[in-house]
Amino acid sequence: MVLTGAEIVIRCLQEEKVEYVFGYPGGSVLFIYDELFKQDKVRHILVRHEQGAVHAADGYARSTEKVGVALVTSGPGVTNAVTGIATAYMDSIPMVIISGQVPTAYIGQDAFQEVDTVGITRPCVKHNFLVKDVRDLAATIKKAFYLAKSGRPGPVLVDIPKDISAAKCEYAYPKSISMRSYNPVVKGHQGQIKKAVQLLLEAKRPMIYTGGGVILSDAADKLAKLVRQLGFPVTNTLMGLGGYPATDKQFVGMLGMHGTYEANMAMQHCDVLLAVGARFDDRVIGNPEHFAEVPRKIIHIDIDPSSISKRVKVDVPIVGHVPEVLDEISKQIESLGERADEKALKAWWKQIDEWRGKDCLKYDRKSKIIKPQYVVEKLYEVTKGEAFVCSDVGQHQMWAAQYYKFDKPRRWMNSGGLGTMGFGLPAAMGVQLAHPGSPVACVTGEGSIQMCIQELSTCKQYRLPVKIILLNNGYLGMVRQWQQLFHGNRYAESYVDALPDFVRLAESYGHVGMRIEKPADVEGALKEAFKRKDDLVFLDFAIDPKENVYPMVQGGKGLTEMILSEEL
Amino acid sequence: MRHVISLLIENEAGALSRVSGLFSARAYNIESLTVAPTEDPSMSRMTIVSIGSDDIIEQITKQLNKLIEVVKVVDISEAAHIERELMLVKVRATGKDREEMKRMSDIFRGRIIDVTETTYVIELTGNTTKLDSFIEAIDRSLILETVRTGVCGIGRGDRVLKV
Repeated sequence: MVLTGAEIVIRCLQEEKVEYVFGYPGGSVLFIYDELFKQDKVRHILVRHEQGAVHAADGYARSTEKVGVALVTSGPGVTNAVTGIATAYMDSIPMVIISGQVPTAYIGQDAFQEVDTVGITRPCVKHNFLVKDVRDLAATIKKAFYLAKSGRPGPVLVDIPKDISAAKCEYAYPKSISMRSYNPVVKGHQGQIKKAVQLLLEAKRPMIYTGGGVILSDAADKLAKLVRQLGFPVTNTLMGLGGYPATDKQFVGMLGMHGTYEANMAMQHCDVLLAVGARFDDRVIGNPEHFAEVPRKIIHIDIDPSSISKRVKVDVPIVGHVPEVLDEISKQIESLGERADEKALKAWWKQIDEWRGKDCLKYDRKSKIIKPQYVVEKLYEVTKGEAFVCSDVGQHQMWAAQYYKFDKPRRWMNSGGLGTMGFGLPAAMGVQLAHPGSPVACVTGEGSIQMCIQELSTCKQYRLPVKIILLNNGYLGMVRQWQQLFHGNRYAESYVDALPDFVRLAESYGHVGMRIEKPADVEGALKEAFKRKDDLVFLDFAIDPKENVYPMVQGGKGLTEMILSEEL
Repeated sequence: MRHVISLLIENEAGALSRVSGLFSARAYNIESLTVAPTEDPSMSRMTIVSIGSDDIIEQITKQLNKLIEVVKVVDISEAAHIERELMLVKVRATGKDREEMKRMSDIFRGRIIDVTETTYVIELTGNTTKLDSFIEAIDRSLILETVRTGVCGIGRGDRVLKV
């Protein structure tokens, strides 16, 4: 059948069973919008800024196993989307971004709303395409979806010039795709797995450290099985929270710059480390030289060979799909009928429990000013740990990660890699659309929320009852914390003057706003907000402006050189 | 350490900038880069000379492999291999320099491929050191212009880079 390029785009999205496209129209994508208008299988969500579109598609993808889709116009549409694309790239989120481009004949002539989209986005996508012939369009979109979700996932952009969306050709959607240049490894190397099993069984002070790869590959069940089989302590990175149940006794908390004392100490002092779908990021292990001071054997499972031995030398690299490799390790241990060294393990757990005894997340519970940690704890209680929590970037992000106990994967959405302020609210929109009827919270700060505040309007249009938990301390809190600790209390430009009245702001968008100033009112306000199932409720919590995030490992310092709370 | 990395890449628009962009984005060093289509016109072969520690070179080959359009990557300097580079040198050739230049070109197995009353263009092929030595050997003040292709390389014997 002969179709136009625009019809082909929509057909392809339908073939991929895309439910939602997050986007914003403009000149170069008008033919595509025209075709969207004529059908009702793919729903379009009109955002208020292209950054919001990409974050929303990102939140949708993180909270499901599906590929998020965004649609933007050429020029500023694309440049606005870049922050969202880079955010998804850093966290390996499967996404397809379709962008309009000026007509083929105009490319390179500085046409109205022209930018070199493929050039601008090249360093922050898994791959991108410029479609120059309508006959390549369907196969290109098929490839884009395949690339986005296979191997190490990531955003893929398809740039479609306006004349291509108008041109016609015979349409057929390819059933499968094979590329001679792209064949991600799935199965782990048997010999390496054998070595790993041996090391694990001989370990005296073992540690399991898992990251976003466990979430992205849906390996939480396999991980839980292996962790319980071995009886080893386990920690999650910021991106990996929910990969192992936080309420389980083998979980020692998040590790890293704001990780728990016990997680960081165990990470540093273990003799065998099993790293799963994690990449030894600077915020996770601190100074790599300090980390390497303690000799330990490292086993690293990852789908991406370039993540292995990048910052830390690894002894047993295993390239493969995480759930398959974990399953294979479990099976080999089972068939060997051996157990880990129980005596050594007992002594190791005794040591870990001693570290736990520091109670590093303790805070002043009798405070007359609202403590942010208290708000997150109450959020956890009120939502019974069942909420999807999106966060922005800063102190509130760390408090949410430290005090909300994620027992399930895909419940915690945050910009871990790029650290994008403004991510929270649009991501929460995508999550809410993917999970209608489920509680969705956006934990944010007064700095972050104002970076994508315009999406309150989108929330109204599509009746998205997100609960915004604003931990308002009047400062760009994390910047202020660093200035206090490392820049002699000189608070350069970190005090946010002239904040809006958030209650009235929420109301002006047609939502419910609440201001909470006393600790005694926190729980009631949260209960009231989550009771309002159909309303977006904007809760503005006046929190202690002096509160800092602890423990803390200063940038460039060793993992165990932690600054603990002044309370300790 | 100096390494010679050979790779096969889909011959598509923008493929070169994906490779060069990778090097600049990750602060890897490029000494030279050459690229041209192979006998199969759908594929190009690239030779990249880079300097870095073993860890960095390992990262470079992994990162190159990760590029979607890259089909195969080999560090050919890990084993016996041949490197060649082509250089064209335009020199002033008058008076007694004219004979001397001809002699030097012969010693280095070069060929004079353009002659005017006052200049020669000398074509020279070899590995990088040989070309450097030629430049060292002739009188610098007589060099009008040089142009080099950068290194291309191939493994010796049965080692073949093919899909």
